[in-house]
Amino acid sequence: MSASPLSTTGPGTFPRGIHPPEAKELSASGKIEVLPTPKEVKIALLQHTGAPCEAIHKPRTEVEAGAMVGSSEAFVSAPVHSPIAGKTAKTCSVTLPNGRHVPAVPIKATGEQLEGDALFEEIFGGEWPTSGLERYSADEIRTATREAGIVGLGGAAFPTHVKFAVNPEKPIDTLLINGCECEPYLNADNRLMIEAPMPMISGTMLAARAIGAEQMVIAIEDNKPEAIAAARKAAEGSPVRIQPVKTKYPMGGEKQLIPAALGRIVPTGGLPLDVGVVVMNVGTATAVARAILRGKPLTHRVVSVSGRGIVSPKNILAPVGATYQELIDLADGLTPDAARVIAGGPMMGFALGELDTPITKGTSGIVVLTEAEVRERNETNCVRCGHCVDVCPLHLVPTRIALASRARNWDLAKRYHMMACMECGCCSYACPAGIPLVQLIRTGKASAPRA
Amino acid sequence: MSQELDTAPASDTDQAKAPRIVVAPSPHLSEGSFTTRRMMLDVLVALSPPVAVSIWVFGWYAVVQLGICVISCLVAEAAFIAWRGRAFTLGDGSAAVTGVILALSLPWSTPWYVGFIASFVAIGIGKVVFGGLGQNLFNPAMVGRAFVMICFPAALGAAAYVLPGSPLSIVTQATPLTALKQGLVESSDVLSLLIGNTNGSLGETSAIACLLGGLYLCLRRTASWEIPAGTILSVAVISGAGYLISGSSFLHPLHHILGGALLFGAFFIATDPVSSPLTVKGKWFFGLGLGAIVMLLRLASGYPEGLMFAVLLMNAVTPLINRFTIPDPVGGPVPQRN
Repeated sequence: MSASPLSTTGPGTFPRGIHPPEAKELSASGKIEVLPTPKEVKIALLQHTGAPCEAIHKPRTEVEAGAMVGSSEAFVSAPVHSPIAGKTAKTCSVTLPNGRHVPAVPIKATGEQLEGDALFEEIFGGEWPTSGLERYSADEIRTATREAGIVGLGGAAFPTHVKFAVNPEKPIDTLLINGCECEPYLNADNRLMIEAPMPMISGTMLAARAIGAEQMVIAIEDNKPEAIAAARKAAEGSPVRIQPVKTKYPMGGEKQLIPAALGRIVPTGGLPLDVGVVVMNVGTATAVARAILRGKPLTHRVVSVSGRGIVSPKNILAPVGATYQELIDLADGLTPDAARVIAGGPMMGFALGELDTPITKGTSGIVVLTEAEVRERNETNCVRCGHCVDVCPLHLVPTRIALASRARNWDLAKRYHMMACMECGCCSYACPAGIPLVQLIRTGKASAPRA
Repeated sequence: MSQELDTAPASDTDQAKAPRIVVAPSPHLSEGSFTTRRMMLDVLVALSPPVAVSIWVFGWYAVVQLGICVISCLVAEAAFIAWRGRAFTLGDGSAAVTGVILALSLPWSTPWYVGFIASFVAIGIGKVVFGGLGQNLFNPAMVGRAFVMICFPAALGAAAYVLPGSPLSIVTQATPLTALKQGLVESSDVLSLLIGNTNGSLGETSAIACLLGGLYLCLRRTASWEIPAGTILSVAVISGAGYLISGSSFLHPLHHILGGALLFGAFFIATDPVSSPLTVKGKWFFGLGLGAIVMLLRLASGYPEGLMFAVLLMNAVTPLINRFTIPDPVGGPVPQRN
């Protein structure tokens, strides 16, 4: 693999990784459906990586659809908005799937709401120009992106305007839009690219203006031919390049996608900007276009509701703050053998115990697995077969790190580069002895003394 | 599963079939078909060509030897595990694998009690004392074989392979490596080394059978191809260089690769994951080192064959190899915080 910092194209794949059953077919052809307006939404005040928001309004305040209901002065933060017209209530507490208890603003729907196809049209329809964008300055784009509360929609929910902040020591030359969606089952990004590719292209060009990137690349795994075709058509005549990459988990990880698509290697402990790259999810690019060109905040997102534990898997355009239960109900509920509900994908997502939890901006999918899929495996001794080594995309020795972590032998764990692990879970997936490798490594990373 | 539903607490009829949702940390999927047990079954399947050839060549001697070693290994495993009060582990198949490999590494003439003792030593001292499968430092079958080789040198020495006047004509000749060492055989015998109608330990005679089973193991990813590749490469280079320099027929590379236990050992014994290194680089070191030690023992020691001791020696340095071949992560080592 070439590692030149100026390389503009990569081999389309990365060494190692795994090929779990993709199971995309369950919801790949499901046209995006619009969730009927819920009676109430709960807008969590911390949906992103960074500082939490404060509620803006007193309880029982009437708010318009799109009104800001929470904000923060902190730089690494993103305001939150009401997706519906309604009346606020007293701040309550919700438990997000990652286990954090965060305050949330409940909003009861009142009056006229935009519904169904009209809502879809309002969000994705109309003209999305790819020329004449020069009239938006980089500063304007950054400010509007922050005001619109845009965060990474791929799952990590990092505030997008922070990525747009220019560091003069580390110039950005490439904007890489991540359309891999390498987690099994999920089709939210796939459907978005198929049904609304134009705002993605506009948003890509606007984001590139904000960071001063000349090269714009949208990377899509080759198991999404429809999305690749739609994106190519939409990108015609624009400077945006569509680059298919090999289908492989975890292709959507920055440290895998940047080498695969661009041939650059991000240093351990570093960020994509260390090699002149900013990576954004396709949904995020779409949200940027809507914020700049329409002045609308991020209030809705596409969520894949899929898995063999779901009666009718589908892709749903839902307001942030609707509950997991409401989305699952629209997909005709759980099957009797449903055994695990996951926020996100099955490789890195969080298992939910309580379905009456609001979705957030980072909720890319709801995957429900059946008993047969999650049947617990008996752990046996490590036979040092090295399969975890063969699949680790970062070239670590997972078994050594995990067993050192279990024994709390931090010196040994660090000698094997524990802190470089990105917790993709390939090792646990591949282990023939059923050892919870990444789980042990995760615990180790959290428990080891920092030094 | 139905049982679980029956015993579920009765509730509203609507709720009676409510699924039971369990939380756990990610990842939520695993490659269920790939287990330790399947790896062991793969090894047994891969051992079937050498087993078949051994029965074809040595007849009942092979059947009896396999029976003694496999049954003794299973009994030993069950006895030691029960003694230590550990969970029942016969199901993982590793004891059976040890039994077959041990049997195939013995001469046809080995007395029954030698196989029996070797099996108990293999399982007891080779594996269980370390903490069972996965914890052992040395290949258990080779520990057992080394023990009886030293205790019963007559039963396992070069003479044990040969019985003049036996109705089984193959065993009236010396083993190929012994014959080579004594300068008795011309290089025209490569064909019988390939097919296996020659004298030797039960499972090692046929190069084709070992290659067949070995390739299966590598294709199934149960064995790492780097280890046999390194071993064969190293033997080929050393014997090849010696042959070119001295021209001695004893150094003909084909005889060293196809004869003796080299292929059997490289594919079935050295690839034991427990006692070989973890990383690709480490596996190459292991394979190359193994081949070099085999050649050293074959050429410089009193033994015609050196595979068993070579494997044990490389097993002993495997922890060191692991320590010196820790790979750098993609993107370089973790930066030190100050």
